[in-house]
Amino acid sequence: MQPIISVSALLKTYKSGLIALDHVDLAIERQEIFALLGPNGAGKTTLISVICGTVGMSSGQVLVDGHDIVRDYRAARALIGLVLQEISLDIFATVWNTVSFSRGLFGCWPDPAYIERLLRDLSLWEKRDQRVIELSGGMKRRVMIAKALSHEPKILFLDEPTAGVDVNLRRDMWALVRRLRDMGVTIILTTHYIEEAEEMADRIGVIAQGRILLVEDTAALMRKFGRRQLTLVLQHPLAALPVELEPWNVELDQEGQVLTYGFDANAESTGISALLRRMGELGIDFKDLDTSRSSLEDIFVSLVDGAS
Amino acid sequence: MRRTFWQSIATPVITTVLYFVVFGGAIGSRMQHVGGVGYGAFIVPGLIMLTLLTQSIGNASIAIYFPIFTKTVYEILSAPLSAMETVFAYVAAAATKSVLLALIILGTATFFTPLHILHPGWMVAFMLLTAVAFSLFGFIIGIWAQNFEQLAIVPALVVTPLTFLGGAFYSIDMLPQPWRTVNLLNPVVYLVSGFRWSFYGTGDVAVGLSLAFTGLFVAVCLALIWWIFHTGYRLKP
Repeated sequence: MQPIISVSALLKTYKSGLIALDHVDLAIERQEIFALLGPNGAGKTTLISVICGTVGMSSGQVLVDGHDIVRDYRAARALIGLVLQEISLDIFATVWNTVSFSRGLFGCWPDPAYIERLLRDLSLWEKRDQRVIELSGGMKRRVMIAKALSHEPKILFLDEPTAGVDVNLRRDMWALVRRLRDMGVTIILTTHYIEEAEEMADRIGVIAQGRILLVEDTAALMRKFGRRQLTLVLQHPLAALPVELEPWNVELDQEGQVLTYGFDANAESTGISALLRRMGELGIDFKDLDTSRSSLEDIFVSLVDGAS
Repeated sequence: MRRTFWQSIATPVITTVLYFVVFGGAIGSRMQHVGGVGYGAFIVPGLIMLTLLTQSIGNASIAIYFPIFTKTVYEILSAPLSAMETVFAYVAAAATKSVLLALIILGTATFFTPLHILHPGWMVAFMLLTAVAFSLFGFIIGIWAQNFEQLAIVPALVVTPLTFLGGAFYSIDMLPQPWRTVNLLNPVVYLVSGFRWSFYGTGDVAVGLSLAFTGLFVAVCLALIWWIFHTGYRLKP
């Protein structure tokens, strides 16, 4: 089946000369949750904006369900719902009015029953007659989502959906995204939190400096970059690393206080228990321990290094 | 609804009543007839024009400036709408409001001065054409303006002076030379003159010229708007 969005050789150069998208090729499959990962300024928002029609492209082609976004923009845009990163709402409108307005703007007949269901799903029903200006930040973000879903889009773009959002809303948002996917909606979200991408996405695309560095199944990507690190804070500083610990390739920091051990979480044997046993035998006590996953930054560094 | 009533309708009506009391009643009663009609009646078309111009520009410019300022314009840009539909919506909304106001002012004026409209069809036509022309102009200003000061500067520094000099309150024949000739470069002269012709059958310039000039103004605005959407100027980076 043809992908629901296909981007080919997309180039976007801003007037300042900045190349925001450098010949991007990307295919989004139907009904998947696709996470676009990248550092600030990587081109995530520009890519979304070009597909949605709020930023023009310099060259290239984007097809949304087979419709060219320039020549056949009506059909293409009618399929898309967009939730921006920044909260941009008509603050004087009531929740009900602004959401209903969005539906009309996208050429759909009024459907109060659908809007009611939508507002209830987003816990906005109680607030329907309040003006946007009276709502809290989290509620405003829910209104942004309600507006984007008001015309029952087939594709939903979420630009940094959980930046600055509390735990409840984040959980609600994730549940909503999954429910939408089950209903047949394709979801593309951008984030710079790898946990979020890992938790939510079927596939992950990594973008940096306007280029897509890789697109991979989430599970495969996590396997590939699933390096983890065990950090041990020692009870008593060591003058030097004991020879007995060398097989583990552990590192000792300059003060002799912290031992770090890198391991592959997906490997059959991580070597952690053996390491801890050996340390016990050597009488090296520790007062704290912590494990961490390689961060997105590490992934970028290794990807960008690999590319150049 | 109540907010709309007071801000949008009551305010201009009160302003117009003040104009009539001062210019029509207090000063006008001491003045001779202008162009065959009493001064009170003479200024009615000019006053309506003044409202049409300022309201059309104000309504259209704030209507597009504010979404750009608050960034809610993203929704319009990402909606399945053509540029023409977008412009039509903004301009039609602004023009409708200013024409409604113009009609209310016309109605208010009948309480102060006897009015006889010679060519009502042409009067409505001039009203609509002027409202559309200056709503288009306002739309351009709203996109061009980068802050609230710039939004206010064109109406305050250009439109209001041109309207006052354009014969809203006098016939430009009353002006001494060379001001009379200079004033022929003022586009508002043609609007007011054409509009006044539709009331009383006389104007400062020929009615055909008035129509042609207004049409030209609409064409220039449309060309500019086409360019804005074609290049994405300030709307679409």
